Amino acid sequence: MNLASSLWLVSPELFLSVSSLILLLVSAWSQEKAARLVTILSVAALFGASILLMVLAHKPEFKGGAEAFDGLYRMDAFGSTAKFLIYLAAILSLIVAPRFFQDGGKYRSEYPVLILFATIGMGMMVSATDMMTLYIGLELNSLSAYVLASFIRTDIRSSEAGLKYFVLGALASGMLLFGISLVYGFAGSTSFAVIGETLSGDLSTGPLIGLVLVLSGLAFKISAVPFHMWTPDVYEGAPTPVSAFFASAPKVAAVALTARVIIDAFGGQTSAWQQIIVFVALASIILGAVAAIGQQNIKRLLAYSSINNVGFLLIGLATGTAQGISAMMFYLAIYVAMTLGSFICVLEMRDRDGKPLESLASLAGLSQTRPGLAAAFAVFMFSLAGIPPLFGFWGKFLVFDAAVAAGMLPLAVIGIAASVIGAFYYIKVVKIIYFDEPANEIVVTGHKAENILIAILALIVSPLGYLAIPFVAPITAAAAGALF
Amino acid sequence: MNQLDFPILSVMMGLPMLAAIICLFLNAQAARWLALATTLVLFVLGVVLWANYDIGGPQWQYVERAELFGNFAWALGIDGISMMLIMLTVFLMPICIGASWEAIQTRVGEYMAAFLFMEVLMIGVFAAQDIFLFYILFEAGLIPMYLIIGIWGGANRIYASYKFFLYTLLGSVVMLIAMLWMVQDAGTSDIPTLLNYDFAPEAQTWLWLAFFASFAVKMPMWPVHTWLPDAHVQAPTAGSVILAGVLLKMGGYGFLRFSLPMFPEASEQFIWLIFGLSMVAVVYTSLVALVQQDMKKLIAYSSVAHMAIVTLGLFAFNRQGIEGSIIVMLSHGLVSAALFLCVGVIYDRLHTREISRYGGLAINMPKYAILFLLFTMASIGLPGTSGFVGEFLSLIGLYKVNSWVTLVATTGIILGAGYMLYLYRRVAFGELVHEDVKAMPDLSAREMALLAPIAAAVLWMGVYPESFMAPIRGDVGALVARIDRAAPEGDAHLKMGKAKPAIQDEAHGEAH
Repeated sequence: MNLASSLWLVSPELFLSVSSLILLLVSAWSQEKAARLVTILSVAALFGASILLMVLAHKPEFKGGAEAFDGLYRMDAFGSTAKFLIYLAAILSLIVAPRFFQDGGKYRSEYPVLILFATIGMGMMVSATDMMTLYIGLELNSLSAYVLASFIRTDIRSSEAGLKYFVLGALASGMLLFGISLVYGFAGSTSFAVIGETLSGDLSTGPLIGLVLVLSGLAFKISAVPFHMWTPDVYEGAPTPVSAFFASAPKVAAVALTARVIIDAFGGQTSAWQQIIVFVALASIILGAVAAIGQQNIKRLLAYSSINNVGFLLIGLATGTAQGISAMMFYLAIYVAMTLGSFICVLEMRDRDGKPLESLASLAGLSQTRPGLAAAFAVFMFSLAGIPPLFGFWGKFLVFDAAVAAGMLPLAVIGIAASVIGAFYYIKVVKIIYFDEPANEIVVTGHKAENILIAILALIVSPLGYLAIPFVAPITAAAAGALF
Repeated sequence: MNQLDFPILSVMMGLPMLAAIICLFLNAQAARWLALATTLVLFVLGVVLWANYDIGGPQWQYVERAELFGNFAWALGIDGISMMLIMLTVFLMPICIGASWEAIQTRVGEYMAAFLFMEVLMIGVFAAQDIFLFYILFEAGLIPMYLIIGIWGGANRIYASYKFFLYTLLGSVVMLIAMLWMVQDAGTSDIPTLLNYDFAPEAQTWLWLAFFASFAVKMPMWPVHTWLPDAHVQAPTAGSVILAGVLLKMGGYGFLRFSLPMFPEASEQFIWLIFGLSMVAVVYTSLVALVQQDMKKLIAYSSVAHMAIVTLGLFAFNRQGIEGSIIVMLSHGLVSAALFLCVGVIYDRLHTREISRYGGLAINMPKYAILFLLFTMASIGLPGTSGFVGEFLSLIGLYKVNSWVTLVATTGIILGAGYMLYLYRRVAFGELVHEDVKAMPDLSAREMALLAPIAAAVLWMGVYPESFMAPIRGDVGALVARIDRAAPEGDAHLKMGKAKPAIQDEAHGEAH
């Protein structure tokens, strides 16, 4: 594999890197004035990268995937699908950002550049086939994310969120690195493929501890229980567009990365990791559901909702089968639409002075003042709860189908029964929106771009989404097939 | 395609869906008229469906199939049982819209949209021929009903809507896991194929329990019935009508369509459970109904008792029992709907459901008193009304299997007469003591138009039940043939007696 072809394989990341560096220079010289222009260019860059991604995916010579840089990086259907979702999520969180910050006069052109850097990191994560690439991608993403979380420097909650995220994130990175070093010590390589070959048969204590530590570090990144504690605080404190971004793109990247590590590097050690993933999945579902009940802040509630949904995603992963991974990817796609939709609805919650509102109580009676927004919000809530006929149900359907097919009936039964606990707080939000007397706190006129995005996302998770199944299912199946 | 050359079932689901979306954007009066027009058109389509139904023809008619969703299909089709339940739905829907004409004054567009959406789902549940399509439509009913109870309900509506939603959701989720397992085992999600697929008996036990959890809550069976009185009391009149009239029938339909034919061995194995719970329900909920002070609650508890007769008849494993149960379902759909409307009529005038606030209505509301009496009698099961036909048949079927259970179940009829007549005496007879009750006007033309068609249907079903039994006869026959291998033995052990005197006579004759 020569350098030219390697560079061609990483062209989406390469393109994004060059664009973001240029945009960084632009923003350094033009200061705040060009913020809007830089945002538009960043969106264009992401579109460009998506097109490159599709060109690559459809090249006949890379049909079954290809490795770049001697096995450090792999371009395949799995990575491409995940990257496509990541780019879309990044584009959406860029589109809604300027208005949020502008009302407070705090929008700066570093914001889109940081999002681009984070996106490059995520692209590396989902394509990594070596612990080194994994770590570089992860850190590139995390470091950008720490800055993004504390983007409003003058807001104490935002700074606190950034600091908290940084301290806990550093701890998780430490665990991850320690785990990687153990695995490397026993396997003699950082390449997933070599680790997979060397560590076949029963695991001895050393690499087992390594595996546990690696999974712990990754669980932090996907905010799975018991490494979820940072999530509500960070989502609450970070500016809302940033929370929307955190809940969507990095989630996709980290879940996909975890799947690749587990299947590629520890594919032969099913008994070792399966029980960990099963525990983490059920704990996330149950804790995400129970802890959300008492929340009064909509962003904290959505944070717990994301923990809850990660649990369901991990059920797909826990099966360790192609069907399970395919279900997980499909769920991720629906999850991104649902969660971004909910967060954009939260962005619409502002009072007459343009100040953002976050309490659940301010949503009261929204259906009488803003029927369209209320309906969309209700659609997202019912969909996150997995109530048919909304499309969120389909994600749960697929992961449970995979769990049943893999013979993991107890997991499926406990998981689906726990989803009823989660339904309680989702329908509580619907209750506040529809049943309560209007609080008249939220301004009645919406923002056009946000309204259009909400409408599109609501249509995707509406029953119309089922018509997309025959088109999306082959893509996720191909993505899952690339891992096996 | 089918005998009509157009996909009538899809049209019957698409039309109200479209109307529901339009209703959201209309003002109150326009939404009312659109909803009424749509439901009337659907009723006409229902009549077309019935008129063209080929009795004795293929088991599944009006079949449609489109492979739209990858893992499952948009597959619709009906047999006689589904058709009668669809008829019940389209018959009650215009009445529901009519009942809400004046009672609902806030957010009318959304209200009508919720009801029309509900109609889509109810027709879909009875027509679905794909098990996953069935599940989606079955579960989706939670959303509009949650909103109907929560937005337009009574004082304690929030609690009732939560309870309704979570109770039914918890009941149903495990059924999904069972369905996933079944489809993987049988390799198809097509209901007609699954109906003839034999699952291993040990698997059947678990599958049956998973389905039971869902249908028992929906039915509702004692002791998981407690959501029903709350939901009924808090729901607006039309919500109660649709809840009692159609939604409860989904539980019975589920037993009939899934539990019995798909898991016959397990059904036989759990007869004791069904019989036990149903016997408790018949006696216990009847006694509870006897002491209610709230009219809607009383009728809600009587629904639980009537549904217990349905489950008893279904699990008798014979033709009389099953046909009787279906007729009880249809009859109860009409009668309880009518009774809730009767409560709604006086509630609209006095805004209380407390029985003791009324009395003597026969004096100033004679038309109302007559119709209320008819429905009371139908609920008791007086011969000549629909209630008698169903209850009599299902008890006969049950008697073939177990005379003791029948004995207990029959006390339910006596207790039913007790609480219904007691209710009627307190509301309609006696002196007009309350001044405000004295001032209540008799039925308006609109209310008459709502109750009269139901009265006619109740009498029709009571006097000439053949119209309703002919379409279901073949399907019940197929079901009985399917479950016959697991049918329990009756406890009557009839023996042929010896004809002693005749032999003696012959001997006597020869001697001569």
